[in-house]
Amino acid sequence: MAAIKRPKRPETDEGGMGYLQSLPRRVVTVYLPLLVFIIVLLFPFYWMTITAVKPNVEMTDYANFNPFWVVHPTLQHIRYLLFETSYPGWLLNTVIISTAATFLSLLAAVLAAYAIERLRFSGARQVGLAVFLAYLVPPSILFIPLSVMVFNLGLYDTPFALILTYPTFLIPFCTWLLMGYFRSIPFELEECALIDGATRLQILTKIVLPLSVPGLISAGIFAFTLSWNEFIYALTFIQSSENKTVPVGVLTELVRSDVYEWGALMAGALIGSLPVVVLYSFFVEHYVSSMTGAVKE
Amino acid sequence: MAVPSVAVEQRSSILSRLSESRNALGFGFMLPAAVLLLVFLTYPLGLGVWLGFTDARIGRPGIFIGIENYQYLWSDSVFWLSVFNTLLYTISASILKFMLGLWLALILNENLPFKSFFRAVVLLPWVVPTVLSAIAFWWIYDSQFSILSWALQQMGLIDHRINFLGDPTNARASVIAANVWRGIPFVAITLLAGLQTIPQSLYEAATLDGASRWQLFRHVTLPLLTPIIAITMTFSVLFTFTDFQLIYVLTRGGPVNATHLMATLSFQRGISGGQLGEGAAIAVAMIPFLLAAILFSYFGLQRRKWQQGGGD
Repeated sequence: MAAIKRPKRPETDEGGMGYLQSLPRRVVTVYLPLLVFIIVLLFPFYWMTITAVKPNVEMTDYANFNPFWVVHPTLQHIRYLLFETSYPGWLLNTVIISTAATFLSLLAAVLAAYAIERLRFSGARQVGLAVFLAYLVPPSILFIPLSVMVFNLGLYDTPFALILTYPTFLIPFCTWLLMGYFRSIPFELEECALIDGATRLQILTKIVLPLSVPGLISAGIFAFTLSWNEFIYALTFIQSSENKTVPVGVLTELVRSDVYEWGALMAGALIGSLPVVVLYSFFVEHYVSSMTGAVKE
Repeated sequence: MAVPSVAVEQRSSILSRLSESRNALGFGFMLPAAVLLLVFLTYPLGLGVWLGFTDARIGRPGIFIGIENYQYLWSDSVFWLSVFNTLLYTISASILKFMLGLWLALILNENLPFKSFFRAVVLLPWVVPTVLSAIAFWWIYDSQFSILSWALQQMGLIDHRINFLGDPTNARASVIAANVWRGIPFVAITLLAGLQTIPQSLYEAATLDGASRWQLFRHVTLPLLTPIIAITMTFSVLFTFTDFQLIYVLTRGGPVNATHLMATLSFQRGISGGQLGEGAAIAVAMIPFLLAAILFSYFGLQRRKWQQGGGD
């Protein structure tokens, strides 16, 4: 049972029993399905990209142009998007709101996670469970009462409506993730610092935080991505065009009357996705490990 | 021994005693998170329940009307249709996500070249903003210029364009497909992490005992993966059940309410229609389902601890 208790895969096991499988069999059971999965998962992105650079003539003329390719790539949709719509403003709003909400949530989450995991005040376990339950409360059941609150507080149609409400789903998640990280830091380090006369705040800022930089990065990226992707609050709490975020702006402002500007829409979707994809590609290892770690906890 | 007692006396001011008490410190450290969560999460949750018992409209605080909203919803066929749609959407999308995600995880767990590249690529649909990828699906499902219709016509599989979002059955299938597309990566990557904790020696032992590939999967992989499956699927079910964005982008609940989920109906009645009370009542009606999922998650976690032999 010891093997099940502390599962660890030795390095030398890498190949496993793969040698028992013949190549043709591997092609059918592994490579072919993988290829299909990759094509299906990536096709919408390919289609988004190709539409974004396709001239309008080619876009709807399937008889003369193969829709899967573009003969005369054009930047007209992107130029239209950047210079004739409020798109740059939406990008800026989204960056400001996501950054502010992320910092606010990280600050609150670091303190909370440290208190729950290390100060062990009475009731810490119950508070930890409450934080986990808070993560399970979906925005879909909160947006109506929140819209009433936002309106009464005079925050309607301001960035603060979003900066203050995004932490409701960011703090539980970040706290949960950071609790796991703090748990892995040895107690002895803190005890040494306590004996040397450090205060709890000093221990947190000088010992625990430097050791949990990877955790802070993952939590920060997650929080930033989640706020960037948020839709229902931004749709409900923001009205004027210049205050909108990218997902809401693209959907509500670029779709006008019956003529859909597919090129501009796809360009908007593509550019709106790029920041999170770039951020993600830099930290993909952090991302994957913390995502699975957070779920496993 | 006199020296320490002086030191203790000096330090026993109220402030320094507070800074050493775990409870006071804990309270201070919890304060920012607690204030934000209590004000913007717990209070709105209660306010939502209260609003469900009032006839509040946008711009007018409501008065208490008892369970009138719920009585109205009880006899409202559109509400029941949305409940049915939500259950259909959640159950079918979750089953598909689970099966395809598990399959993808098993494939990725093979000893592949460029392993980390594939893992990174597979996660993309999950990282990209849902609304933006849903807009891409909207274009893919376009009634006139759908690339899917065109490709199938070229292959000679169909002879007329598919009306993806205009026909109730097709629309339901289309939104489920888009949801599955977005959900597979999450399931696959978390299950992959679970698969990697299963020791190879178990497979080797089972193979020596003459187990077939199916038996390996059924009697080694599946039992050891059950705890993480339970947690992953609870999250997946929870997020699918409360989904809003995808439907709002693709169909806004149409055609003839065939794809209205409880969340989109709540938005349509509460915000677009201005009937805050009724919208809140629909949102509150989602809570029992969510509680069931959370209880399921709780017992899933319990089972995991027991299986791993860990106390806490």
